Amino acid sequence: MSMLTVQDLNVWFGSNRDRVDAVIGASFEIPRGESFGLVGESGSGKSTILRAITGLAPDWSGAITVDGQQIGKARPKTFFKTVQMVFQDPYASLHPRHSVDQVLGETLHLHGFKDIDSRVVKLLDDVGLGQKFRFRYPHQLSGGQRQRVAIARALAPEPALLLLDEPTSALDVSVQAEILNLLADLRADRGLTYLMVSHDLSVVGHMCDRLAVMKDGEIVEVLDVAALRAMEAAHPYSKQLLEASV
Amino acid sequence: MAETQTLREWLLTETPTSRRHAKMSALYQGWLSFRSNTMAMIGLGILVALVVVAAGAPLIAPHDPFVQELSNRLAPLGAEGHILGTDSLGRDILSRLIYGARITLYIVALVALIAPIAGLLVGTVSGYVGGWTDTVLMRITDIFLAFPRLVLALAFVAALGAGIENAVLAISLTAWPPYARIARAETLTIRSSDYISAIKLQGAGALRIITKHIWPLCISSLIVRVTLDMAGIILAAAGLGFLGLGAQPPSPEWGAMISEGRRFILDHWWVATMPGLAIFTVSLAFNLLGDGLRDVLDPKAGE
Repeated sequence: MSMLTVQDLNVWFGSNRDRVDAVIGASFEIPRGESFGLVGESGSGKSTILRAITGLAPDWSGAITVDGQQIGKARPKTFFKTVQMVFQDPYASLHPRHSVDQVLGETLHLHGFKDIDSRVVKLLDDVGLGQKFRFRYPHQLSGGQRQRVAIARALAPEPALLLLDEPTSALDVSVQAEILNLLADLRADRGLTYLMVSHDLSVVGHMCDRLAVMKDGEIVEVLDVAALRAMEAAHPYSKQLLEASV
Repeated sequence: MAETQTLREWLLTETPTSRRHAKMSALYQGWLSFRSNTMAMIGLGILVALVVVAAGAPLIAPHDPFVQELSNRLAPLGAEGHILGTDSLGRDILSRLIYGARITLYIVALVALIAPIAGLLVGTVSGYVGGWTDTVLMRITDIFLAFPRLVLALAFVAALGAGIENAVLAISLTAWPPYARIARAETLTIRSSDYISAIKLQGAGALRIITKHIWPLCISSLIVRVTLDMAGIILAAAGLGFLGLGAQPPSPEWGAMISEGRRFILDHWWVATMPGLAIFTVSLAFNLLGDGLRDVLDPKAGE
C-alpha cells in the first residue's frame, strides 16, 4: 500500500499579477517503507512540495493522500502523528530560548503522551545525543547536534512518514555523513518512509530507492537508484544533472 | 565556605540533573553577567534602596510628612531637625521625599504592569494573525501614537478626574503603543521562522504559539524598553502632578512638591530642587538598570 500519493499537485504563491507557480502538475507515489528522493536545482520547487504536504504552503490544488487518507485544507491532529518534517537549517529550526528538554517535552505533550520524562531520555539516546544534552540550549550545541535534536523532535510522535528538507546541506561534510547514517539506521529500525529533498545526487544515491528530478516546478523524470548509478536518464535535463555531478 | 563553593559548582555545572536545576543554573549565570556590569549594579542598588526606603517609610522618616509647622516654614538646608529644610507649610522635606517614594513606586509598578502587557498582547496578536486584525489594531495604535504623550494623558485625566489612579491609567493608555509596535515588529520576524513552522507541525494552536513561542522572544526587548521608559513614566507622572492633575495635595508626590516649590524657586531653591534631585536619581537608576538588562537579556548577545 502506498504511504504517500501526490496527484497533479500545483502550488503557487501570491495572487493575480504577483502569482508565482512554484510547483506545476507534480505526481508521484511512495510505497510504505520506501525512501524517495526529490532532486533539482535551487528554486525548482522541491521544498515547496514538502511544505504543501505539511500545510505550510497554504495555496495548492490537486490530491494528496497520506496512508490512505485524502488531505483537505485543514489537517487533523492525527495527520501530524503520521507525517513529520526535518528542516534544512538546524540553526533556524530550534527555538533559541527553549532547551532541548523543552523542545522535546512540548512536542510529546502536544501529541498526548503521558510518560514524557522517560520518552525524552529515550529519544535523546535514539539520536545518539544522550542525557547530558537534555538541558542545553541551542546556542550551546553544534550544527550536527542541533540537527539530531530536530530529528528527535520529528521522531517524537512516532510518525510513519518523515519529510527531510535537505537535512544535511547546512552541515559540514564529516557531520553530514554522521547524520545520513543516523537517518539510514532509524529508517531500518523503525520501518519509516522517507521523502527526501536534496540537490546533492550522491546523498540521494546513498539514501534513496527511487528519485524524481525536478526542473522549474515540474517533475521531468522518475528513476530508480540503479538507473542513477548507471547514468541511464532519459530526459535531457536529468542527463545534464547526472553528468554535472560526476 | 566549603558549602558555598559546592553550591556555586552546583549552579555552574555543565550537566544539570533536573529541570529546576537547569533553571537555577541559567538564572545564576544571568546574574553573574549582570553583576559584572558596574553601572547596572549602581542602578540596581539605587532602586533596591528606594524600595527599602518606601517600605520602611514610617521607621525612617524623621517627621510626619503631613504635620505643618507654620512658624518654621521654608527653613533652609541643614536647619535643626530638618536636614533638607521645610516647605511653604513648614513640613519636613526629607520625610515628604521618603513617603513620596511610595507613590513613585506605586505609579511605576502599575504602569509597568499595564502598558507593556497591553502592548505585548496587541502587538503579538496583530503580528501573528495578520490581515484585517493587523490593519485594525495597528491603525488604533497609530492614533494613540499621533498624540503627544503628555497632552493625551492630560486629556484622559481631565476626562476621568484628577487623582493618582487616573494619572496611572492615563499614562498607561499613552505608553502602550510603542510596546505594541516593538512586539509586532519582533513577531513578524519570528512568525515565518522554521521553529514556528516546526511547532505548527506538532499541531500547536495560535494561542500556544503566541504565548509560549513568540512571547519569550519579545519579552526581553520589552523589559529593556520598559526600564528605559521608566524615567519617562516617572517624569510624566511628575508632570501631571506639577500641572495639578496627578496626585493631589497634601499627598507628597515628587512632581506635586516641585510644583509647590516653584513659587519660591528664586529665594528658597531647595524646596523644588530636592524632589527634582530625587526624580533625577531614580530616573537615572532605571536607565542604568535598563542598559545592564539589555546586555543580559538580549538573545543575540548569548550566542
